[in-house]
Formats: sequence, C-alpha cells, structure tokens
Amino acid sequence: MNTKNLSPNLSRLLVYSVLLVAAFFFLAPLYVMVATSLKDAEQIRNGNLLSLPHAINFDAWGLAWSGACTGTDCRGLQPYFINSVLMAVPAVLISTAWGALNGYVLSLWKFKGSDTLFGFMLFGVFMPFQVVLLPMSQVLGWLGISSSVGGLVLVHCLAGLASTTLFFRNYYTAIPKELVNAARMDGAGFWTIFWRLIVPMSTPIVMVTLIWQFTAIWNDFLFGVAFSGADSKPITVGLNNMANTTSSVKSYNVDMAAALIAGLPTMLVYILAGQYFVKGLTAGAVKG
Amino acid sequence: MAASLQISGVRKAFGKGNKAVEVLQRIDIDVQPGEFLILVGPSGCGKSTLLNIIAGLEEPTEGQVRIGGKDVIGVPPAQRDIAMVFQSYALYPTMSVYDNIGFALEMRKVPKAERDQRIRQVAAMLQIEPLLERRPAQLSGGQRQRVAMGRALARQPQLFLFDEPLSNLDAKLRVEMRAEIKRLHQVSGITSVYVTHDQIEAMTLGSRIAVMKGGVLQQLGTPDEIYNRPVNTYVASFIGSPTMNLVPGHNGSAQGTDGFQIAFTQLPLRAPRDGNLLLGVRPEHLALDDAAPWRGEVSLVEPTGADTFVVVKTGVGDMTVRVSAQSRVRAGDAVGLHVAADHVNWFDAVSGVRV
Repeated sequence: MNTKNLSPNLSRLLVYSVLLVAAFFFLAPLYVMVATSLKDAEQIRNGNLLSLPHAINFDAWGLAWSGACTGTDCRGLQPYFINSVLMAVPAVLISTAWGALNGYVLSLWKFKGSDTLFGFMLFGVFMPFQVVLLPMSQVLGWLGISSSVGGLVLVHCLAGLASTTLFFRNYYTAIPKELVNAARMDGAGFWTIFWRLIVPMSTPIVMVTLIWQFTAIWNDFLFGVAFSGADSKPITVGLNNMANTTSSVKSYNVDMAAALIAGLPTMLVYILAGQYFVKGLTAGAVKG
Repeated sequence: MAASLQISGVRKAFGKGNKAVEVLQRIDIDVQPGEFLILVGPSGCGKSTLLNIIAGLEEPTEGQVRIGGKDVIGVPPAQRDIAMVFQSYALYPTMSVYDNIGFALEMRKVPKAERDQRIRQVAAMLQIEPLLERRPAQLSGGQRQRVAMGRALARQPQLFLFDEPLSNLDAKLRVEMRAEIKRLHQVSGITSVYVTHDQIEAMTLGSRIAVMKGGVLQQLGTPDEIYNRPVNTYVASFIGSPTMNLVPGHNGSAQGTDGFQIAFTQLPLRAPRDGNLLLGVRPEHLALDDAAPWRGEVSLVEPTGADTFVVVKTGVGDMTVRVSAQSRVRAGDAVGLHVAADHVNWFDAVSGVRV
C-alpha cells in the first residue's frame, strides 16, 4: 500500500479505524454474553440483544454456579467445575513433567533410534483423537478406571504427551551438548543434570506448556463426553447438558453466565502467565 | 598429583562394514607426568575425538587409554579424575560463578568449608574474586574463560583437558590467556592435553606436540623437532607462519654437475640422496642476495612490524623470504635468493616423507 501521498495523520486514522473495527468484531460476542448474563429474564424477552442491562443483576451467575438444573439435578455447574479442576491440575502437571523428561532424553541423551522415536511421537500431535476413542475406552476398562476422573487424567496425559514432548525437545535442542558433558565430567548424573542444570533453564518453556496444556484439557469436550461417568463430567460437558436441557423457558442469562464461568479459568491462566507465553515462544538459543 | 597418560592403539570408527568411517587410525601417544601435550591439526583430523576418548565422553572402537597407569576404558568420565575446559566454556547459566566453580566439588561431596576455601583460593589465583556472585551471562568473554579455567582448577584433577579454549577470544585476549594457561600449568604441574588448530598456540604452550591429519598421527615431538625437523611435507607446511617454502628439483650426477638442480638453476646444496626431491626451507633461512644465481621478481611485500615478508616469484613457484623491517625492497624488483645451507629439509618428491 502506498501511504506516501497521505498525510501522517490520515494514515494513522486509517490504521486506528481498522483496528477499532477488528476490536469491535472480536469483543462484540463477549459484550453480548456479559450483558445478557447480567439481565433478568424480563428484559431479555422484551429488549434488544445489544442493549445495556437496566440494572446489574448477578442472580443468573448464582443460578449458573449452584442452582441451575440439568434434568432433575439442580446443583448448577459447581460439581462439574470441581471435576474439571480435579482433572486438569494433575493432568497438566503430569503431562508437563513427563514431556520435560522426554524432551531432555530425546535432545541431550540421544540413543540409537531416538530420532525415529521422536518422529513417531510427532504423529501424536497431528492425530485426530477420534481415532483413539474406542481402543482407549477398552484400555480404561481393563485398568478399571473408566468413567472416573482418574481415567480422564490418564487420557489427557497421554493425549498431551506428544505436544509437551515436542515443546521441550525443541527447546532443549538449543542447549549446547558441551554443557551436559561439562556436568558429566564434574560428576553429575542423569537426574542431577536434569534437576540442577536443565530445569532451572526451562522457565519460559514450562510456562508455554502449562498454558497450552491447561487450555487444551480444560476446554476438551470429546474425551470428557466419551470417558466420563455420571459424577465425573467435566465442565464443558456440564455446560452443554445444562444449556441443552429442555424446559419451558430458555434462561439465556443463566446460560451466558455459565459459559463465562466455564471460560474464566483459561482466561485467568493467560493473564497470569501470558507474558511468559510470548517470551517462551520466541526464546532462541540458550547462551552460556 | 600429576599423572601419566598412555594412549595405545586407539582406533575410532563410525558406522559398520564397508561404510565405516575411520576418524582415528591406531594412535599411540605416551605422555609423561607433568607434560603439556598439544594435539594440533586441521578441522576433522580427529583431535577432538581423541580428546573426548581420553575424557570418556566417547569410547574408542579399539585400543587402551591409561591414566596414572590405570586402564580407564569403560570408566565413566566423572570417575576418571579429569577436568576439561571447553571451547564454549560450558558454564552453567543459572548458577553463580561461585556455584559454577564449586559444582564439581559439591558432586564429590567435599565438605562445605573446604569447598568454600578452594573456590576462594582458585578465584584469587585467577583474579576473579569480585565476580563470584555474578551469573555467566553478566561476564565478558575473557572473564568466562577464566571461570571455566577456575572450574577445572578447583577440582585438582590428575589430568587437564583443553578443547580449543581460546578460539572464541579476540586476538589480544588470546595472547594474554595463552600466557596465563602456561603460567597455571607451571604452577600446578598437572599433566595437560590441549587441542588446538592454531600452530602458534601449539608452539608456545606445548612441551610436546602431536600433529594429526585425517585420523593419523603425523609426528610427535618437541616444538623444536616439529619446527626444525618435520617428518613430512604436511607437518612442514602446517607448522610455521608464513609456511615453509617447498622447492621441487633434482639431485644427482646425471647432469654431471654437483648440487641441487631446480629448473635452470644449480643450487650449491648437498642433498642426502639422488633423485627427485623437495627442498624445504623456511622464510627466515632464505635471504635476498643480488649475487645469488637463483633469480626471481618481487611480487608482494608484507610488513608485519618486526619483520617484513617478501614474496618472490621464481621459475619454480612463489617463495616467501623474511627480511628485516628496514629493507627497501619493492614489488617489481629483480632479486636473487640465497639459501642457508645449514637449515634445509629434504623430502621425497612423491611421498613427501623426509629423507
């Protein structure tokens, strides 16, 4: 685009208008959700979708959290939220730690065939998870943990392992081999080198992996719907069931509040650790 | 403290069968306690592989390595009592200088008080005391080099290994650190093996030099032997800067004359045997002499400060001559070349082996 002929002010104006339109486009749904969740049923029926709420009313949030009914169960999202926390926290931590260890071995302790092994692991990143649903449910049955939060933790660890291994392996490849050799000559073994040398260097990539895994596991619907039992459904499944429960009147405000509650944790994780995310993705070689 | 090092029949090959690549072919080197051995050669000559085999980071395909008389093949690097200084320094980036130096001692379960004392002693020796609390990223190249040396020294090992430790430094710092390494070796007396591709480092530091090429040990000897009595044309041209002049010619009574025949000129030199030979003569053993029969034309004059090197184009190729800095010779001048007969080397014209 030729901006030479335009005055600086005009081109600036153009840039800002484009950005404003884009921002509006992305923020409008969020606004509708927040605004609707704060309205009462009366205003939703009569008013405009985009209008501001007449009065700030948190009743819908309360209902969504602990009062809304899914079928005959009227405990709101709370039990599902707890299930999701119980599932996501261990699954995120285990898959990240496991990926770090895998990456450490595959980059700094290469053995015969380790690159081939890594190549096969990469399949896992691109594999559609629908493919493993049936065999996985078999395995969970054999292990006696089908329809439980523990089973979901295992599934998410395995499903996420390919990505976490890829992240750590590529990050550790930039670490010079001489560093490991120096530590070996100093008398450090496999685990000491990992804990004392490699883990302290890993903060950015750990943050990236934590965010990535938390988002993926928290937002997962497929495994949640396929492998959970009546009392181990994660929040995504709970939200779906609640919103699809047929009743005489649709309570859009409650549905919106519930959707926001379901989305809040991932947003919080981004806000808290997001600065590391960009840093970790752009981090290059580790300089001695 | 100082230990001997024996490398006998060490061979290293990668791959199998007829696709195998031999990077080391039967290397035999004996290093006496307290010696400073230099492994020198171009990239890919196998010198770093040999060092890694001594360190235990790689295993040889065949052969033995003995440190202090004890066979160490199969012994993990940590238990060989060796300290190594790496080209990239390999300092632990998340640890302070203090912890970098103390890490090996901690791994060896040296009590805290003794560890602290040794770290401070080494820091004093290397003048890095003010840097102890810093991280490696906050140090300059020369300081990092010193810390890497300190890390090796604190161990008080039986053997020091250096893998091109100075090649990441600028020219001035390199000369300083070279002197520093020499001083530390004299103080500590620890047997050292030093890998470099820089022949000046090799000449200045080594008590003996092993010149390698293509996985083969070409010559093992004192700097004086390597410089003045190279065993073949490869060693002759690798060591010394500017490199030794190699002059092809013929020696024999066939021409019915006495002396060494090059092109159309007769040099008054006595070769040890007849036939086609190469005359090796270093730039400092050639002189410009208008009366000499060997004629040429000056094509290049390179003043280096202390000396000036003059490249003379002759009938048998370009010859480099060292002249004094006061010399008034200019490009285009017709000159004669005089050979100092006491300092010449003779090589077989075909095999390049010293005769």
